[in-house]
Amino acid sequence: MTDITIKITDRNGTLHEVLAPTDMAMNIMELVRSHELAPEGTIGVCGGMAMCASCQCYIKSDHQLPEMSSDEDLMLAEAFYVEDNSRLSCQIPITIKLNGLEIELAPES
Amino acid sequence: MIKTDILIIGAGPTGLFAVFEAGLLKLKCHIIDALPQPGGQCSEIYPKKPIYDIPAYPEILAGDLTTKLLEQIASFQPGFTLGERAETIEKLEDDTFIVTTNKGTKHHAPIIAIAGGLGSFEPRKPPIPNIANFEDSGVEYIIRDPEMYRNKKVVISGGGDSALDWAIFLTDVAAEVTLVHRRNEFRGALDSVDKVQELKNAGKINMITPAEVIGVLGDKKVTGVSITKNGEEEIILDVDHFIPLFGLSPKLGPIANWGLDIEKNAIKVNNALDYQTNIPGIYAIGDVNTYPGKLKLILCGFHEATLMCQSAYKRIHPNKKYVMKYTTVGGVEGFDGTKKEAPKAVVKKIE
Repeated sequence: MTDITIKITDRNGTLHEVLAPTDMAMNIMELVRSHELAPEGTIGVCGGMAMCASCQCYIKSDHQLPEMSSDEDLMLAEAFYVEDNSRLSCQIPITIKLNGLEIELAPES
Repeated sequence: MIKTDILIIGAGPTGLFAVFEAGLLKLKCHIIDALPQPGGQCSEIYPKKPIYDIPAYPEILAGDLTTKLLEQIASFQPGFTLGERAETIEKLEDDTFIVTTNKGTKHHAPIIAIAGGLGSFEPRKPPIPNIANFEDSGVEYIIRDPEMYRNKKVVISGGGDSALDWAIFLTDVAAEVTLVHRRNEFRGALDSVDKVQELKNAGKINMITPAEVIGVLGDKKVTGVSITKNGEEEIILDVDHFIPLFGLSPKLGPIANWGLDIEKNAIKVNNALDYQTNIPGIYAIGDVNTYPGKLKLILCGFHEATLMCQSAYKRIHPNKKYVMKYTTVGGVEGFDGTKKEAPKAVVKKIE
């Protein structure tokens, strides 16, 4: 298995280009936490169950993402600062197809 | 003034289990929690989710774990101050502490165990520019006294259980109930969704979906809200109260100002010994603490609670010698007079 590259803009507007493993069953929220790109306790509060929206991000590239589950959709319906390109990063598994994905973290709420 | 041996801040699984380990050492506990019910995240965020890494439970729902812990500690009769947030701490000359909540309840104890998880749960406030001007003047994020809505016009927004449950409840109290949500679908329990449908059909709940409250109107008090409904023009709705129910999110809060060493939103502790903080007598256990190699797991919180209690015992009784006793040997003697112990073996002679 190989690593892929993902571009993440943090909540202060700083761009980070990070390597993401495709063989660890990790999702994007966990990737952000593993690189400490958002303070602990402000992202992934529910652990990744699509139950808190603290990991909301905006998708900035044209990658084909897995379809949104109704859990994710309804959680986003109660989140703030939601845009058309909003997703919960905990619901996006890291796969080889996502090489070059660009995301931006939504503001903390 | 509430007096106890160990004052625990946080009624999540770690805080609850600490009561058990303290009880084995004959130490009494009292627990403060900002939520109205015990269980912490397990009851507030994911009560219906199964947990698979609690030793000896191949699968247990987070809500059931809370129920079982409460059953396990019942005979140690812990006190609870629920729905109040620990606000300030004062160290007395004799090295004991007084912790006061946001409602002024005072607690006195020689040992403080902070088991606060990610912090106390605070309501999530929608980013409406002028909303802060109306807090407690018609905007409420938590319903404390339903009677204040009697014969008033109320708009609730949100799509989870609390939005649905309060919309249902307030139909019997308020003059008019409107529910606004950004989807036609709701995240809450199916029973509640059905009930709201029924009340909507009966004309008792006014539903505006998919829509969003984007403004609060009024001078000093709320007199209305403005709502946008997908692509249509803004609607003005005359109401006396706007109740946004978008769930709760944890914030470390006032504990951050207690003079404790904090790193990455967590309290640094001595993990080589007893999970004590930089202030002797104050411990931090469970998700709220940090040390090299820390894992935020319930089972790690249980271990930390156990070592914390042994250390607390030595601090309270510096001159007493003690060795840890297995519950299989000593049983469990509650403070309520009950005793659980292994049944005596039946001895029978072979002729």
